[in-house]
Amino acid sequence: MLLLLLLLLLLIKSSLGFKTFGFGFFFSSAWDPLHDVFGALPFIYGTIMSSLIALLIALPLGLSCSIYLAEISHSKFKEHIATMIDLLAAIPSVVYGLWGIFVLAPALGGPSLLTGGVILSIMLLPTITAISREVIQAVPHNLRESALALGATKWETFKLAVFGPALSGIVGAVILGLGRALGETMAVTMVIGNRPAISPSLFAPAYTLASVIANEFAEATSEVNLSVLVELGLILLVITVIVNGIARILVWKTTGHKK
Amino acid sequence: MDRVIEKVKKEEKMVIERSKMSVENLSAWFGDKQALFNINIELFENKVTAIIGPSGCGKSTFIRNLNRLHETISGAKVSGKVYLDGRDIFDHNCCDVVTLRRRVGMVFQKPTPFPTMTIYENVAAGIKLYGKKPKGKLDQIVEQILKQAALWDEVKDVLYKPGPSLSGGQQQRLCIARALAIEPEVILLDEPCSALDPISTAKIEELIHKLKQNYTIIIVTHNMQQAARVADYTAFFLLGEMIEFEVTSKIFTAPQDKRTEDYVTGRFG
Ligand SMILES: Nc1ncnc2c1ncn2[C@@H]1O[C@H](COP(=O)(O)OP(=O)(O)OP(=O)(O)O)[C@@H](O)[C@H]1O
Ligand SMILES: [Mg+2]
Repeated sequence: MLLLLLLLLLLIKSSLGFKTFGFGFFFSSAWDPLHDVFGALPFIYGTIMSSLIALLIALPLGLSCSIYLAEISHSKFKEHIATMIDLLAAIPSVVYGLWGIFVLAPALGGPSLLTGGVILSIMLLPTITAISREVIQAVPHNLRESALALGATKWETFKLAVFGPALSGIVGAVILGLGRALGETMAVTMVIGNRPAISPSLFAPAYTLASVIANEFAEATSEVNLSVLVELGLILLVITVIVNGIARILVWKTTGHKK
Repeated sequence: MDRVIEKVKKEEKMVIERSKMSVENLSAWFGDKQALFNINIELFENKVTAIIGPSGCGKSTFIRNLNRLHETISGAKVSGKVYLDGRDIFDHNCCDVVTLRRRVGMVFQKPTPFPTMTIYENVAAGIKLYGKKPKGKLDQIVEQILKQAALWDEVKDVLYKPGPSLSGGQQQRLCIARALAIEPEVILLDEPCSALDPISTAKIEELIHKLKQNYTIIIVTHNMQQAARVADYTAFFLLGEMIEFEVTSKIFTAPQDKRTEDYVTGRFG
């Protein structure tokens, strides 16, 4: 309901932009506020690509961390690792951004799509790790024992009895992470280079939907410019909803609705 | 004439009962808490042995030592010896845990089919651990095992439905099928019927009767009628000790120990 109201508001506020540029807006790479010429494609590209890069790095890393913490390690050391990862979640994104500017960007050859993706992946890591760890630990003990009793090794037990039941939760963790990545503004804005261009190179600067809205909203002079920025916000919302939808279908498919 | 010979053979068979597993001075701990005290028992091949006793007396702990599942609990300790066909299962030189658990299968109190797997996949789960099989061969094995577990007729049309879609009694038979699929020699049943209705219970008891021709079965039960119905031998446990181990009929009609008598006559526990 709230979502519908929000959608309605965004639709109204962006109607001018939509009237002016039509569907071409989504496929155009032009961005010239001075002459009121706008296109959304570079931002869509930047948002999706930076999030994908982030996920590509954070998912395997976070998942292995959570498996290690939940299944393998029995030492006290593991609590420290868990706390450290949780702490990562508490760091404000501006601080990530600063670290990105001074450490990460120089290391990766300046502000770029890749730098943005990497910063995002570090921000996603705690979310994915913490939630995955929790859902893995929540898998009933008797399922593990059933697998062990069949002669499964530790790893086979995980594959047989734990991963399946935990999967929907892990997908949930990924969606949450992805939602955060798509909408993350500050840290990304500081390191992605903020250039509305689509380059085949990951080392080239890029721009995201959230970043351009944050950067230009205060300075938007013309009516059209303003409405276009709202339209970008609308696109961001729609992408998020689609991602959620896909994830839900994935969960639905993997939880007992086979054949 | 033929009949006489057969009878003699039968009697011979009774005499040469072979010990499949033998337990010597088995003690077990959870951290500092000792749960089993010097258990000695023989588990005979192709017989059903029931373990009875009041709640918390160590029945589960005992059978969980027979497939070394006890050790997987953190802080758990064991001492003593358990022999399977004469070889010590705790001796790392002779047996590894995986092989042991393949030979000694287990079914738990609560039915535990793998929830995201189909009925078919549940049965095949254990088989797949021990090497890939062609689909046709696997189909054949799954069917045969489900028949053996007296479940085939009920599930043959829903093989690709999720395991948890079955009734509790069916789920438990599915778990028995899953355990049978890896061709164990010994089957441990930890109160397999306690969560089931009388009809499902009767089905499982019937199944136990059938299975003992090929397997050695150990069943933990709270239900003394059940022990009397299915078991050839019965062991009575109390406070982590084994009080008495005898042919079932003796335990129930002429117990040697006063405490056994009190328990089987329902005077405590
Ligand atoms: N995981 C555990 N950690 C600590 N103590 C345990 C654990 N499991 C069992 N115990 C203790 O060990 C003793 C024996 O428990 P066990 O589960 O073997 O009893 P049981 O005879 O199977 O009882 P029930 O009939 O209720 O299943 C009990 O005193 C119990 O409190
Ligand atoms: Mg028990």
